[in-house]
Amino acid sequence: MAKRTTVPEKKSVDADSSEFKGLVARLTAAFGPPGFEAPIRAQIRDEVQSFADELRVDVLGNLIAVKRGRANSARKKILLAAHMDELGVMITHIDQKGFCRFAPLGEIEPLALLGQRCVFKNGTVGVIGRERKKAKSKEIEPERLYLDVGASGPSEARVSVGDAATFFGEVVETGNRLSSRAVDNRLGCAVLIQTLRELHATADDVYFVFTVQGHTGKRGATTASFGIQPDFALAVEVTEAADTPEAEIGSIALGKGVAIKIKDETTLVSSRVRELLIESARRARVPYQLEVQLHGGTEAEAMQISRGGNLVGGVSIPARYLHTPLPIVDVNDAQNTIQLLRALLAEPLEAQLE
Amino acid sequence: MLLEKLSNARGVSGDEARVRELIIDAISDRVDEYRVDSLGNLITLKRAATRGARRNAPTVLLAAHMDEVGLLIVHVEADGRLRFSKVGGIDDRVLPSKVFHIGENKIAGVIGMKPRHGLKAAEMDKVIEADDLSLDIGAHSREDALSVVQIGDYATFATEFARIGNGLVRGKALDDRAGCALLVDLLSEEYPFDLYGLFTVQEEVGLRGARVAAFTLDVDAAFVLEATVCDDSPKEKDVSPTTRLGYGPAITLADPTLMADPRLVKLLIATASENKIPYQVKQPMIGGTDAGRLHLAREGVPGVAVSVPTRYLHSPAALLSLRDYRNTLRLMRATLPRLARGLTPVI
Amino acid sequence: MSLENLLIELSEASGVSGHEDAVSRIVAREMEPFADEISYSRLGSVIALKRATRTRRHKSRASQSPKLLFEAHIDEIGLMVTALDRGVIRFVAVGSFDPRVLLAQDVLVHGRETLPGIIGARPPHVLTAEERGKPVPLNDLFIDVGLSDARLRALVSVGDTITIDRRVSRLCNGRFAGKAFDDRCAVVAVIEALKQLSQVEHGWDIYAVANVQEEHGTFYPGAFTSTFQVRPDVAIALDVTHAEQPGMSAVNAVALGKGPGLALGPNIHHTVHTKLMQVARSREIPHQITAYAGSTGTDAWAMQVVSTGIPTGLLDLPLRYMHTSVETIALADIEYSARLLAAFSAELDESFYRDLQVETKMVARGATVSRRRMTGGKHQ
Repeated sequence: MAKRTTVPEKKSVDADSSEFKGLVARLTAAFGPPGFEAPIRAQIRDEVQSFADELRVDVLGNLIAVKRGRANSARKKILLAAHMDELGVMITHIDQKGFCRFAPLGEIEPLALLGQRCVFKNGTVGVIGRERKKAKSKEIEPERLYLDVGASGPSEARVSVGDAATFFGEVVETGNRLSSRAVDNRLGCAVLIQTLRELHATADDVYFVFTVQGHTGKRGATTASFGIQPDFALAVEVTEAADTPEAEIGSIALGKGVAIKIKDETTLVSSRVRELLIESARRARVPYQLEVQLHGGTEAEAMQISRGGNLVGGVSIPARYLHTPLPIVDVNDAQNTIQLLRALLAEPLEAQLE
Repeated sequence: MLLEKLSNARGVSGDEARVRELIIDAISDRVDEYRVDSLGNLITLKRAATRGARRNAPTVLLAAHMDEVGLLIVHVEADGRLRFSKVGGIDDRVLPSKVFHIGENKIAGVIGMKPRHGLKAAEMDKVIEADDLSLDIGAHSREDALSVVQIGDYATFATEFARIGNGLVRGKALDDRAGCALLVDLLSEEYPFDLYGLFTVQEEVGLRGARVAAFTLDVDAAFVLEATVCDDSPKEKDVSPTTRLGYGPAITLADPTLMADPRLVKLLIATASENKIPYQVKQPMIGGTDAGRLHLAREGVPGVAVSVPTRYLHSPAALLSLRDYRNTLRLMRATLPRLARGLTPVI
Repeated sequence: MSLENLLIELSEASGVSGHEDAVSRIVAREMEPFADEISYSRLGSVIALKRATRTRRHKSRASQSPKLLFEAHIDEIGLMVTALDRGVIRFVAVGSFDPRVLLAQDVLVHGRETLPGIIGARPPHVLTAEERGKPVPLNDLFIDVGLSDARLRALVSVGDTITIDRRVSRLCNGRFAGKAFDDRCAVVAVIEALKQLSQVEHGWDIYAVANVQEEHGTFYPGAFTSTFQVRPDVAIALDVTHAEQPGMSAVNAVALGKGPGLALGPNIHHTVHTKLMQVARSREIPHQITAYAGSTGTDAWAMQVVSTGIPTGLLDLPLRYMHTSVETIALADIEYSARLLAAFSAELDESFYRDLQVETKMVARGATVSRRRMTGGKHQ
């Protein structure tokens, strides 16, 4: 008997898994460096349209999908935020020979830029080269890099100053691990979308917010949280794992479950929220890890200081090589995050916070 | 010339009153209402001209900052020398051998340094940090100095505004008194919508004035008028000059504080092309402006910055071209009326 | 409770940024007898309201007295567990610690139980001369609580906070040394000022606030949000500044025991500073002047730009050896600060309120003028 019940279950998990991986593949394929989110926004809109009660885009370009709660009164507002922009570069100058100088959009290790292939929205492709004169220096300064778009003069370049490009790297699976471009933070977006799709009824109003310009100052989250005035705001992100050779101090590992944020460079999460999220993980029977990061911040920082202050938290999917074009993640961690969010949204927030 | 008066007026971040008074004199009969808020921002309102005004017209904000970089006196030595901190970003290398005016009474002070005679070659290779410099006002002692200046007094570059070369002007604080002068000029026009003219404080110490003023106001589009970096001197390497003097207003696409609203950028460029007004695109990701705070106010505001290219910013003598100034004015005058129908929503 | 005893109790309480409950309980207990209401912000700052005792002359506005907010922060810099590693605790700093002060400190680990521990490192005897010549890097330090790995894991978890275990020392001449005097000595002054205000009449509503999370990050989230909630007409921050000490030039330091520094610079509203100066002079309260060209590095920096802007002042309490566990202060500076703050609060009146009012001028240009847009946006 036991065997017969486990087999179909496993099958359905696989089915879920391949459906989810398809979603991740579609989202990571879409173009959307900071400030240029229109294509990814259109993609997400398609994915959530039939599942949301309301859908709108605000002034800065955040996509807000609302699922209304069933309770008539005492509904709380829960904001789940994931930024939809990805790392990229922006052209700052095109020289007489057609080489394009650029500035990074978001935090990218300069070392990871050399030799990368970049693509613009109009399909123009460029390769990143380095000035040879001072190439002996070990440090790579972004000012000494350029993008070669195959032009021999500015008029041939097919791109202009102010255009943005992103990196190549479609989803590649190695076991349950994925390597892909734009994992930061399309994986968070995928978690939000899947959570919304699986959410049939909720007690509270849930705002699924796909924000802009997360990589350049958490700008979308700043204005979205001001507008929504949530009772509880949660940043759904990816976080740097510390399980690689000679990594920085920390305990986050790939495949060991959702990272529940306690501290990063900019945000301290209250113990009330920490307990709430741990309890959700327990109810969902998913593994979790407690996250204390020295560096970096998430949109929780912007949401915490909005108006008179907000109760905020963060759940993150561990990832390696976040500040490069090709991070590696474990899909199980993302699926566990969805389970955690489902458990969180299954009960009224007020009851859980008591 | 208003720009001359504004450039000569002293108004380091946190001490903008004199500049504000000059501007109030200039605009008080051109606006319907004005007020000064608790940080010192001057907020003016010009209501829609009765004729031609549309229902549901947007509310538009134009902003320029009144403050300039300078020094703050923080300590007086026993021998009467004044120690200072820099207010805003000043390159330490421009400080030695300069004259400053200190406090209400414009006390003259000089920043001296060790004579080069007898200095070792290695010493001459080093940048002297601001912390190791002091202002000499000729005082005999601490008491003597404190009879004419106080801790907390501000000091500005002692530069007189002048016209030089072929249609250029030289002065201190052109960043952003040029923007202030433009905004005053734009306030003499009539518009088919309510227009706020905002003169901000404390831009140079972190876009502080814009932050609160943007919260107070609630607008549908924001333009920042600036004087921006111009690095067009001859160079070996083919790099961006950021902007070029004489090539018209510089439009910001993106800087470290802002991704300019694409609809506003498009409108500015279309207007310039149709009216044959020269314009240039500022090198992206250089320098921030008040637009960085304005566009994040409340639920967000479409924002852009339009600047007059200015050489030698944040130094005793900046340089700009009056032709660029006039073309910036022309571009704004031609662009603003086209906002009467508002912007198409983002989808 | 005497100032001295309150200072000791507050200093010895544990409250790393984000985990200030033990301190906020003491503060609430001490403020409660002198306040009309005690409440908490969403982030946990304690807000004590003492309503105006002098009613305003204009009856129509009697229900709305102007609001003064004064505050100090209750959090302290500390440590946080990042990993449990074969029986010892690995940690990071919360707030800016000089790692050189950590070696061989007694600590308290705030886990399921509060555990005493020691910050250990490898003994110098086994190190190379080069290693001995350098401070121990933070990554090589660990905390030893003397428990087995299994027991440790049962009691301590990643994210638990750690404080330095330090009793207050009484030094000569009314000076005290201890941990977390930044900014608990100012918290004492805030409580004392509130207490003194119960002896006098005052025309403004007083909000005495103990803010959380000043030491972490650069946003001052505690003060930024509690000030938004109160939206006072004037805000005064009390925080510590460097007192003269060896190696610290007088350019950047004030004298210990000679009263609070009254700050100047872009962060400070000039009218507020002038009033503080005038009160200090007329009441003969010792004071000094400090000046900051940009950020004061205190809650004042955040409070000034809350909502539509708040006229802000700053009292700087002199303190030596900042961010060590032997921060040293003079009790007299707390007394002077409290007296100044209370006297300032009591002297606030109608005319000061008018002095602060933003200047608004209507220009007759024909059209009917509505005040709505100028006085705030639609969402306020």
